[in-house]
Amino acid sequence: MFDFSIVTNWIHEWLLSLMPEGWAIFVECVAVGIGIILLYALLAIILIFMERKVCAAFQCRLGPTRVGPWGTIQVICDVLKMLTKEIFTPKGVDKKLYNLAPYMILLASFLTFACLPVSKGLEVLDFNVGIFFLLAASSIGVVGILLAGWSSNNKFSIIGAMRSGAQIISYELSAGMAILTMVVLAGTMQISEMVSGQASGWLIFTGHIPALIAFVIYLIAGNAECNRGPFDLPEAESELTAGYHTEYSGMGFGFFYLAEYLNLFIVAAIAATVFLGGWMPLHIPGLDGFNTVMDYIPGFVWYFGKAFFVVFLMMWMRWSFPRLRIDQILALEWKYLVPISMVNLLLMAVIVTLGWHF
Amino acid sequence: MNNNNYFGTLFDGLRSLGTGLKTTMKEFFTKKITEQYPENRKELHISERFRGTLTMPHNEANEHQCIACGLCQNACPNGTIRVVSEMVETEDGKKKKQLVRYEYNLGSCIFCQLCTNACPHDAIAFSNEFENAVFDRSKLILTLNKPGSKVAAKKS
Repeated sequence: MFDFSIVTNWIHEWLLSLMPEGWAIFVECVAVGIGIILLYALLAIILIFMERKVCAAFQCRLGPTRVGPWGTIQVICDVLKMLTKEIFTPKGVDKKLYNLAPYMILLASFLTFACLPVSKGLEVLDFNVGIFFLLAASSIGVVGILLAGWSSNNKFSIIGAMRSGAQIISYELSAGMAILTMVVLAGTMQISEMVSGQASGWLIFTGHIPALIAFVIYLIAGNAECNRGPFDLPEAESELTAGYHTEYSGMGFGFFYLAEYLNLFIVAAIAATVFLGGWMPLHIPGLDGFNTVMDYIPGFVWYFGKAFFVVFLMMWMRWSFPRLRIDQILALEWKYLVPISMVNLLLMAVIVTLGWHF
Repeated sequence: MNNNNYFGTLFDGLRSLGTGLKTTMKEFFTKKITEQYPENRKELHISERFRGTLTMPHNEANEHQCIACGLCQNACPNGTIRVVSEMVETEDGKKKKQLVRYEYNLGSCIFCQLCTNACPHDAIAFSNEFENAVFDRSKLILTLNKPGSKVAAKKS
């Protein structure tokens, strides 16, 4: 497996030969930041295209086909359209908070995005409580949503924002509990160690039953945290026009849209990291020939492959089920997912203590 | 259905969710129904009973079935059809109505099919031809009987 830290160390050495250490680190931070933003935008475009195609296939349609080959240029045109639209501030909004809200959401999803271990040696933020930081950073997003709803001076927006607040805060509990289950199994919170610990088998296989339950719970809670799928009532079009981002136009709306899709990717990527082994290739103990062949596939291919597989699972959920009511959403969370994930956590703890995992 | 027991409802719910997921996954791989219209003109599928435009079928001898009775004209709710006829005298001295011109205004037709239902000889029928756009309204007034055509001899 190619270790990207060789490349990054080489760049670091090269910069050190040109300038003092403080400047070198500054330049590296800027470069990494630009890299993250570019990857973010690129992924958003790919995800929106994928959503349109996958959604179309589920509804027995073809999706975009006209702009570019198989409609591939369609999303880029949409982005350009979004960039050229007028940014309009309605009357009576709280200007400061109104303009701040999209950046809060973007900030949360950038911070989470930076934690993802794309390939070996390509982790941007990696420290001993990585998973914990990731969960904390992803929770900042709800502040942005609440701010957007509150500052818009529109009752539909505030209803959407309040629903979103109730929903995200609730579902964070079971998402966190599902990840905690896996942390118990992995024995570490550091993302890079968690991934390298899965060399002999992905956690979803080594943790068998409780890991599978945690995976399903995490997918449900993740879909709810992205305000997607059957849980999209914060922006229920048929009831609230567009929920918390009703009053945003142009790139303000664009940021919400971007963050929505990137949160989808981030949730999927976390699932890929925690359950499906991140960039770690598929290793079957005992089959050494097979394992070496798998090692030749680069880590980021594995990583994005797994992440997009989980994205597909979430889109499958989204386009299968009708929207839930707010009481149904809360009942699902507090009466079913939380108790089940608590029992599941206990089960995992017992299994790990008794050494019943692979 | 188990409606009052916690685990019963849980497993019922999971099973019905599974059914939903199975259905959509099946749909994911079925043939898509989208018609990509201008490109697929050749193999375009239009259902047989689609009412595109009114036609008067003629046989090889350039004969149609219309006896100019005017029932279609009367049946039409908004005066789309005008049957112009004349009286001629046949060899055996009988007077007979004959079709001169069958005028059909596509622009005001609502495709209700009352005319074809009223026709006693099935002289007119709706065809699948639907590319009816023209640049001038006067071009929508069509004459359905072909020039030089005459009514087919009565089937014995």
